Amino acid sequence: MQLEIEDLHIGFPGPRGFAPAVRGVSFAMGAEKLGIVGESGSGKSLTARAILRLTPPNAVLRAKRLRFDDIDVLSASPRALGAIRGRRAGLILQDPKFALNPVMTAGEQVAEPLRLHKGLSRRAARAAAVEMLAQVRINDPAAVAHRYPHELSGGMGQRVMIAMMLAGDPELLIADEATSALDATVQAEILRLIEDLVSRRGMGLILISHDLPLVSHFCDRVLVMYAGRVVEAVPAAELRKSRHPYTQGLLLCPPSLMRPRARLPVLARQPDWAEVA
Amino acid sequence: MIGVENLRIRFGDVEAVRGISFAVAKGESFGIVGESGSGKSTVLRAIAGLNRNWEGRILFDGEPMAPQRPRSFFRRVQMVFQDPYGSLHPRQTVDRQLAEPLMIHGIDGIDTRIVRALDEAGLAARLRFRYPHQLSGGQRQRVAIARALIADPEVLLLDEPTSALDVSIQAEILNLLADLQRARRLTYLLVSHNLAVVTHLCPLIGVMQAGEMVERLTVEALRAGHITHPHTAQLRRLALELEEV
Repeated sequence: MQLEIEDLHIGFPGPRGFAPAVRGVSFAMGAEKLGIVGESGSGKSLTARAILRLTPPNAVLRAKRLRFDDIDVLSASPRALGAIRGRRAGLILQDPKFALNPVMTAGEQVAEPLRLHKGLSRRAARAAAVEMLAQVRINDPAAVAHRYPHELSGGMGQRVMIAMMLAGDPELLIADEATSALDATVQAEILRLIEDLVSRRGMGLILISHDLPLVSHFCDRVLVMYAGRVVEAVPAAELRKSRHPYTQGLLLCPPSLMRPRARLPVLARQPDWAEVA
Repeated sequence: MIGVENLRIRFGDVEAVRGISFAVAKGESFGIVGESGSGKSTVLRAIAGLNRNWEGRILFDGEPMAPQRPRSFFRRVQMVFQDPYGSLHPRQTVDRQLAEPLMIHGIDGIDTRIVRALDEAGLAARLRFRYPHQLSGGQRQRVAIARALIADPEVLLLDEPTSALDVSIQAEILNLLADLQRARRLTYLLVSHNLAVVTHLCPLIGVMQAGEMVERLTVEALRAGHITHPHTAQLRRLALELEEV
């Protein structure tokens, strides 16, 4: 799997003219773990959704290049897009309460992509779904398969989401704030699970979050976005050596348990951060 | 200033808070940390008088409180919530929302107080006649704080006040809360899932798990690892993992 994005622009027509949200993002990735970090409104989620062309209907997209292997995403037919979405690339969203179908059991939801993408029979898919639930380390997967989303805890719901996304054997997994709504103890478990599955299956991972320390913990490389642009791309191991004052600011702003400070540094946002270099 | 003795709160068959006790001295900050469902917000809502269904004792200034609070209580104790979008009235201007507590308590000098409250919360005077949807998330939380403080309370109950904000905005709000506490000698009771946030503002911490306060300790003890309960140790370890980048 090779993903190539060059000069991606996404904007929305509005009452006060065209509002750009993503302004010239470029990157390429293969089977690696890439983090995209930024504050709300930085364009990180829109960028990831553009890969699956799952941007809102009124969004205007243009790019010099937006390719998923040999598929040109911008000109792809619905059929070709269907081959990417859920099959070659899976998307995990923040809140399983909204992302899961409330009137289908966990097992049915994991079985659906198995039938759709792999052509398994209803019965075989059901058995495979239980196996998938076991893979995302759900205890007693056969019982959980019969539960509805409202009967699952947040962490369990997110595991079901991951199982569903992995069912199609994707080459790329996009996790958009996939653990932000979860408790710290569960968050770490889910991220370790994702990391482990991605490494074992040789998949690519795009981890999108507002939490820079968290992302750098689980990724090889991090893109830092600000006002619709990538302001810095750094190897996760060298994050502390990052040069951009915005990246530095994101690292220094949060309070620290071990290094207490009477006052926290705040970001002095510079207009040129938003300018195209 | 605030005392809680053997507080129990039940929702139907579920006992959400199982007999917890702690005290916060005047001008102090006490932080309650715990995961979702631990009962931390439930404790705060009972103290605020938002939930009248509890057993045990809640003391304010040494006096036991009845479940139904008199109006004078709300002049002295105010609450700030996680989501300022949900806690501000969407169709009222900032000016209107700041004036309301003053009118309720029959406080004079509304205009000067609003001007001062905006300034104290770090809000530009031009934002006074804006609606919540015209403000950023950080500005909205500043309005919620200004509103909580406008009738000069002594105690602020803070329920995840920065959890919905970006880290840079969180830093601004935490600085603001620290400044206001010093300037006004406020008593804070802060609830959060974020251990670093709690330790930043509060020298004393209670750790909640499954409706119980499993440990109370000072920030120094927490940093030094002088911990007795495994859940405290687990929360500390997770916070440290993310700091070692």
